[in-house]
This record gives sequence, structure tokens and C-alpha cells, in this order.
Amino acid sequence: MKKIYPNAAAALDGLLRDGMFIAAGGFGLCGIPELLLSAIKDAGTKDLTFASNNAGVDDFGIGILLQTRQVKKMISSYVGENAEFMRQYLSGELELEFNPQGTLAERMRSGGCGIPGFYTKTGVGTVIADGKEHKDFPTGENGAPETYIMENGIFADLSIVKAWKADETGNLVFRKTARNFNPPAAMCGKTCVVEVEEIVPTGSLDPDSIHLPGIYVHRIIQGDHEKRIEQRTVREKA
Amino acid sequence: MWDRNQMAARAAEELEDGWYVNLGIGIPTLVANYVGDKDITLQSENGMLGMGPFPFEGDEDPDLINAGKQTITELNRTAYFDSAQSFGMIRGGKIAAAILGAMEVDEKGDLANWMIPGKLVKGMGGAMDLVAGVGRVIVVMDHTNKHGDSKLLKECTLPLTGKAVVDRIITNLGVLDVVEGGLKIVECADGVSEDELRAATEATIV
Repeated sequence: MKKIYPNAAAALDGLLRDGMFIAAGGFGLCGIPELLLSAIKDAGTKDLTFASNNAGVDDFGIGILLQTRQVKKMISSYVGENAEFMRQYLSGELELEFNPQGTLAERMRSGGCGIPGFYTKTGVGTVIADGKEHKDFPTGENGAPETYIMENGIFADLSIVKAWKADETGNLVFRKTARNFNPPAAMCGKTCVVEVEEIVPTGSLDPDSIHLPGIYVHRIIQGDHEKRIEQRTVREKA
Repeated sequence: MWDRNQMAARAAEELEDGWYVNLGIGIPTLVANYVGDKDITLQSENGMLGMGPFPFEGDEDPDLINAGKQTITELNRTAYFDSAQSFGMIRGGKIAAAILGAMEVDEKGDLANWMIPGKLVKGMGGAMDLVAGVGRVIVVMDHTNKHGDSKLLKECTLPLTGKAVVDRIITNLGVLDVVEGGLKIVECADGVSEDELRAATEATIV
């Protein structure tokens, strides 16, 4: 099966529908599927729910879909960098579900692994635990009970992720901290579309160095990435 | 009274050779400047162990940032991984300590540092996972807020980040431990008397 598509619009053709649930990789503006987000903007798909750690900034990342009011709901851990997001949220136009960052990552990973729920200590005793099942497990010192809450796995309609390199079968290699949420996001969607900086011939990646096997990847595009830096921080030369 | 750098230096004394540590944003970030000869590996929860210093101008890499989204560098020991594994090591208790800022801490070790009702809500990021999962939670913060009110309370008033999670608090006035029944003074900052420390603290001191 051929997985390589000529561009983002072609790779998303037939996959988009109003009201769908999309899992997106990236942390801040690092490792975000910028080409696919741009193509979703052009497609005009509406009422989208996004599971994504962040919501981009006003004019980059998921932020561009907020400007066009294509997003109905965000499931995120931190949305502090986006003024338009805040405006829509405070005016009630946008739904927001805060997840602790590790809970969000594990929800994606476990959904992708066919695990519909798991127990975690994260958020016990906070507003995050409200309405969730609580259960004690003997994990404390000498088997003392500790309280956990149940969180659900994420099963998304579509995954959109960014990797550094792919081979023609979809085996992926990420680069540095741009890996972040991309592997778990890739795993939890029915269909996964990946944008990469370079597609290399099958056989040229070291099989021991593949970060995400191609079984999770259905469609691939190669393109030029802006890769914007959110907080450029440097030190003085001594 | 300690300034920001002295608080960071004091916090660095808490770290033991060989530890894997997560540092929060603000004063906790400065702790890295004071670890000296100790072999400390810094974790950045966006997917990195072995975080190096900020890059020199021109060496910034958009693929290499810390959890505060700042450009950073790698070290020869650096390892990268995805967010699920990153929080797996946090939740799994592999990180020896987290040093975090706070808005409020109370005498039961409850911590509030992510949300002020009625104000802009940005999100908890990884703070709830960190305080629930790491071996030791050390809070570094000013002892009082800008109105002069104690931030060490009998009971937190803000939405919690975690319940009974804080082990030690380092402020500009001194060091306190969360113990049975309240907070215990470990030491006073330079030029601060125990009476002054008590007077600035709402929480029960035992």
C-alpha cells in the first residue's frame, strides 16, 4: 500500500468531517503538524475537538483554526500562550477540558494500546478528580492503601503528527524534544497522517533506531516547515 | 533574608549526588546554577533527561526546548523520549525530586500553584503529575504575597495542584518541613529570627 501523498490537502482528502475528534502532536510550537493544521484550515472543517497539549499561538499551530472558529473543544494541559483562545473560552464559544499533562499523554498512549481506562494518582484531591471513579490500591509503604482515580483512554478519529524522517513504509524518526506528544498522538487515532521533513528510501533507516513503527502510520507527506521558536533564550559568551 | 539566588542556592543543597531532578519555572530554574560538583541529571518533562544550559546566540534549535518552551542545549548524557514515557518516569517515582514554585502551601502539605479563580486560567501543565509522582516535592517561593500575607497557610484557599504532597518549603525567610500536625522550622534565613519567621507564617508551627 502506498502511503506517500503529494501534499497535506491530498493526504487529508476523505478523512475530514465536521465534528470529528483529532489528536495532534507537539509541545508548544515544537514538533507541531503545522502543514496539516494549515490544510485543515483551508478545508474549512468545523466543530472540531482537539486533544493537544497546547493550543498554539494566535497565528501559528492550532491558533490558526481558532481564528476561523473551526474548533469546538480543546483537551489540553496548558493554553497560556494564546490570547484568541482565552477570548473565545471566556465568552463561552469554546469548550475546554484541562487534563494534567501526563494524564493527557497516557490517555493517548493507552487509547492507542486498546486500554479504555487506567488509574493514576495524578489529580487526586483536586478538581480534576471530581466525578471520577476513586479506587484504593495497596501501593503504599508495607502495602498501605493509596487512592487513585480512573482516567479514560483517548480514541480519536484522526491523528496528525510531525516527525523528522519517515521511510516509505511509515517508520518514523523524531528529532530531539520535537518527539514529545507525537508518538502517543499517532497511536490513538483510527487514521494517522504524518508530515515529515524528509522521506528516505525504505531500508535506509536503522531498524534499531526507529522511534515509531510504520504500523501506526497511514499517510505521509514531506514538506518545508517553519518550525517557529516560542521563547528564544540564549546565554552570553564568556 | 534570602534573595532569589540565595533561595536557589539553598534549594540546591537539598539535591543528592546521582539524583534525577525536575526543576519548575522561575526561581527553581536558578537551582541548576548551584549544584556544584554533584552529579545531577535534570529532566524536562517535554521529553528529555540531561538538560544543558541555554544555547549561545546562533545555536538555537527549534527542536530543542525545555518545558518552559525556552531554547536549551543537550549534554553528552542526554536522552530523548516521548511525553507518555516522560510522565511514566515521573508517575513511576523514578524522579528523585521536583523543585517547584507555589502560590500557597498549607500545613498538611497541600499545594496550590496552577489557578486563581476569576483570573486567566492557563492550565496545570505537568505540575499535578509531578507532585503526585516524584520522590520529594520541594517548594521554593516568597514567604508572603505582595500584600504581605502569608503564603504558608492553615488551609489552601486556591484550587489544589495536589493534596498532602509537599515535603519541604524554602522561602526568603527560611526552611520548613511538613510534619505531623503542621510545619517544623528547619532553619531561618540569614538575619531572620525564629520569631520573625513565626510571625510571617499563618500555618501551625510545631
